[in-house]
Amino acid sequence: MSEVLLSVKDLRAWIDAGAEPLRAVDGIDFDIRRGETFAVVGESGSGKSMTALSILRLLPEAAQIVSGSVMLDGRELMGLPESEMRDVRGKRIAMIFQEPGTSLNPVMTVGAQIREVLARHLHITGTDAARRVVQLLEAVGLPSPAHRAAEYPFQLSGGMKQRVMIAMALAAEPDLLIADEPTTALDVTIQAQVLDLLQDLQRQRGMAILLITHDLGIVSDMAHRVAVMYAGRLMEVADRARFFGAPGHPYSRKLFESLPGAARRGGELAVIPGQVPALTEDFRRCRFVDRCGAAMPVCREGEPAMTELAAGHSVRCVRASDLATTDGAAIGHRSAAELGHEPPLVALLKVSGLKVHFPIRKGVLRRTVGQVKAVDGIALNIPAGRTLALVGESGCGKTTAGKAIIQLIDPTGGRVELDGIALNELRGETLRRSRRDYQIVFQDPYASLNPRMRVGDILAEGQLALGDSRDPAVVAGRSAELLRQVGMAEESLGRYPHEFSGGQRQRIAIARALAVRPKLLVCDEPTSALDVSVQAQILNLLKKLQRELNLSYLFITHNISVVEYIAHEVAVMYLGRIVERGTVAEVLGAPAHPYTRALIAAVPRIDAAGARPVVRLEGELPSPVNPPEGCHFHPRCPQVRNECRSKYPEAVALSETRTVHCWLHGV
Amino acid sequence: MFLPILLWTDALVFLLIAVAGAFAFHASRHEHLRAPWRRVLRSPAAMSSAVVLAAFLLVGILDSLHFRPAIAVGTESQMAARLKGGMSAQAWAPEVKSALDVLLERMATRKERTYSAPLATHAFSKETMELPGGGQSREFPRLKFGGAHLTDPADDWSGDILRILLRGVALALVIWCALTAVLLVAVRPNKTLNIGEFADATWKGNTDVPWRAVLVTLGVLLLVAVPAWHLSANYHVLGTDKVGQDVLYLSLKSIRTALVIGTLTTLIMLPFAVLLGMMAGFFRGWVDDLIQYAYTTLNSIPGVLLIAASVLVLQVQMEARPELFPTAAQRADFRLLFLCLILGVTSWTGLCRLLRGETLKLRELDYVQAARAFGVSKWRIMMRHILPNVMHVILISVVMDFSGLVLAEAVLSYVGVGVDPTMISYGTMINAARLEMGREPMVWWSLASAFGFMLLVVLSANLFSDAVRDAFDPRVSVVPRKTRFVLRSQRAGN
Repeated sequence: MSEVLLSVKDLRAWIDAGAEPLRAVDGIDFDIRRGETFAVVGESGSGKSMTALSILRLLPEAAQIVSGSVMLDGRELMGLPESEMRDVRGKRIAMIFQEPGTSLNPVMTVGAQIREVLARHLHITGTDAARRVVQLLEAVGLPSPAHRAAEYPFQLSGGMKQRVMIAMALAAEPDLLIADEPTTALDVTIQAQVLDLLQDLQRQRGMAILLITHDLGIVSDMAHRVAVMYAGRLMEVADRARFFGAPGHPYSRKLFESLPGAARRGGELAVIPGQVPALTEDFRRCRFVDRCGAAMPVCREGEPAMTELAAGHSVRCVRASDLATTDGAAIGHRSAAELGHEPPLVALLKVSGLKVHFPIRKGVLRRTVGQVKAVDGIALNIPAGRTLALVGESGCGKTTAGKAIIQLIDPTGGRVELDGIALNELRGETLRRSRRDYQIVFQDPYASLNPRMRVGDILAEGQLALGDSRDPAVVAGRSAELLRQVGMAEESLGRYPHEFSGGQRQRIAIARALAVRPKLLVCDEPTSALDVSVQAQILNLLKKLQRELNLSYLFITHNISVVEYIAHEVAVMYLGRIVERGTVAEVLGAPAHPYTRALIAAVPRIDAAGARPVVRLEGELPSPVNPPEGCHFHPRCPQVRNECRSKYPEAVALSETRTVHCWLHGV
Repeated sequence: MFLPILLWTDALVFLLIAVAGAFAFHASRHEHLRAPWRRVLRSPAAMSSAVVLAAFLLVGILDSLHFRPAIAVGTESQMAARLKGGMSAQAWAPEVKSALDVLLERMATRKERTYSAPLATHAFSKETMELPGGGQSREFPRLKFGGAHLTDPADDWSGDILRILLRGVALALVIWCALTAVLLVAVRPNKTLNIGEFADATWKGNTDVPWRAVLVTLGVLLLVAVPAWHLSANYHVLGTDKVGQDVLYLSLKSIRTALVIGTLTTLIMLPFAVLLGMMAGFFRGWVDDLIQYAYTTLNSIPGVLLIAASVLVLQVQMEARPELFPTAAQRADFRLLFLCLILGVTSWTGLCRLLRGETLKLRELDYVQAARAFGVSKWRIMMRHILPNVMHVILISVVMDFSGLVLAEAVLSYVGVGVDPTMISYGTMINAARLEMGREPMVWWSLASAFGFMLLVVLSANLFSDAVRDAFDPRVSVVPRKTRFVLRSQRAGN
């Protein structure tokens, strides 16, 4: 098991980007042994994917491998002619990508795409190939594989496509599987299925996996050994237990500290100050030094070498050994300071029976033939200064619900009341005036700012439409104040959005929403497109603003640890309806609904690895066009009963603050 | 003495130039608008094509300065008679001329009888000639003007051409050197850099703005234009057409027609396309249905037929009211304007469809949603959020249409519903030359000249617009370039 399969030495891949090259991968060394999972963790832009592509020599046009060696089973890959390299790709090393939707050819059947690999690498054709395809699809757990092989990618869901990708990668029985963020585009319950599948396949076939991810939870679940990548370099390589028990590099520690979670409620998340340095620099110092809390003058005198702390644990830090002895308690044990005084709990937002149905029209006369019940009667309350988290998988209608609440989508039915005013009944000018009380922050900071407008104009827009004054000087003053409030420099006013990083853009988006002094802010997955350390900054900012401005948040997310950190109450949505609602401690501590249980169990966690209950959901989210009879969840529910199949369960109050829709808690 | 005449298209061309000038002034005072144009200035391809475009534009503008020259009225008694009759003392020639006509007078007036090849001294086809001593012979007659100064064309021709060419090239080089000197002095960035150093940097291509590309293009342009000008004194540089007109003159005169059709048509169609396209995409619902039906219907009418019908109706109307058009040029010009109008009306559908699709995509974007959450009015959202983000589509489409329109004019002129037959355009040139392609030996020069000139206009416009688009797209910033990277350690080793 300990035989080295792949050995990478001093690998450098640079990208041509003007005057100075972008040193995306800048001298990395690691070994992968047979049958082990080696995880490379790092934030976006750290060079993880470039490393994988360099190993396969599949770099984009503008990039090139500058130096280094990659030995597969003692054979140097860097000098191989392209024709021999093609035999390595797919046969010895296979790769699966992040986006299953775009990795399959849409005009070829799934079976044909797998047969291509079989014919190319194993020279299996005809009926043998057809039999192999069915075997492979069966191995990756695709239901009715013979039937699926004849289908086209668009007929499969995201999770099924990723299974097909894995089957394709396994077709030629590679020794090494490179998985580049294999589950990032998938929902948590599907992610859990795919990760389980990868682990099973690895056990059966003894292949090595190079797992590239940004999610420390997945690393903890899957990896045998872990490497942390920062700005093109590996900062730390360690066994899983060692890495999670006693991380050596200050950057690794900071990463752990910036993870949100229940333990950090009330406190602030650790943030890593500053930004990743420009990769155009030819580093002659530690590349983390500007952001490091433990920096010393010596750190600037030269790039530190890898220091071996223990067997199999090396760290690129001059202070590694003395930091390791000083504190073992750096991670995760910040005492959870109690919340301040409880604000009076008068509901600011009251939503009852909210429905959003989209008609499905067909034919020449555009007759309505059905309804997509995106939101199908939800009720929730948010008191002033509190946060309600709306949790669910993609497609469950949480974003639609958020948009319907702030009247961006006309609700089909129900009532939305803010401060006693029924928003859904307002029209025209009164509706427009009321918009100053509720605003929204979007998920993707790259799509939410108009690329052709300067920051000053972006911040002025809401003030000109709804603010108190249209005087340019007042507006400009307020814009500058807003920027300060979200922790940005006033000079940013004259710049365009593309000059800012993702976290800064999200700050601008928050400032824009705050410009009209709203009482309610709908945050639609505001951190899911951001890296962990940036996410921590944004979450801290949101908490600070809530304290200062007594804002209420409707926090839409799928990330349970963010919920644990920021929310007071939580509502779990499934297929357009809320299945369980209560305080965070109640719902996440002791979930009552089987779906909530499965959702929480599916989230990979770094703490209680191995000890958590395994509740794996089968299948995927049904279509909201034609939801299942009775309880929507019953086809996937492990505890399904007879009455679940016939009638949707009524709300059952389990405590003053908590309701659940489930027959298990029947009257 | 002359009487300035402002034709309709002249007015619109000058208006267009004024608007462009005003925009340039506005942009120069706003840093965020100036920055992308500065990026355009840094692109060698853009600067080279800008020089070519500027040359064409100069010809087009010169050709847009129209006037009627004075004619001698005759004796004083005649003049007195005119005054008595209530007419002005000065009489004006019936034909309208442009500044370009004056410059190219020698080309315009020296007409041969029929075809002659470029730089020829003899006609293209044999003619029956009366011999002085009686009897007839069939031979190639000498041209009236082309090479008329040569006593023995067979022997002197090549030497004469070479001499004129050399003189032209020498003069071109002198002019180029003078222009280079002026340019270097004028654009020298700071006064600390001495002129020698700046010239050196320019020569090596190290300047911010690629002056080397500008100077090279200018040099090539001069090397072609100045010898051609010299040759045109004694020869027909690009030959003559069926009625003996100088093809070079026709090509230069056609530039204005092409520019007018290419720019004014898009100008007329833009408001339709932009407004309707954005409205359809943004409002959806019945507005979308209405606009879609409108352009689908318009699209399904054969364009040529619609244009033919409109032009024929116009023609009848114009013939019924000759008093509205004092000169033939004014009538031809009105017809050109009408052609632009009708081409504009039939050609907005493509861009409209594109913009509708683009708007459908943009309206779902988060920043538009955010603006809606602020209660910003729909028109304001369209103007501030949608329009700037579809600007590149408009820009590209306008330039692509430019070449298409120049070609459409040729097709329409062939059908007989294009520009006025008296108007010189690439369309009429190609149309006239088309019939001679089957001749043996072939009359190729008319077609080749029209082809070459059109290619140059369209190509430089395309290159320029490419650079403009790249400069205005905030996402494009990296210029890919192939260099081998060398490691510090390797560098030290060498």
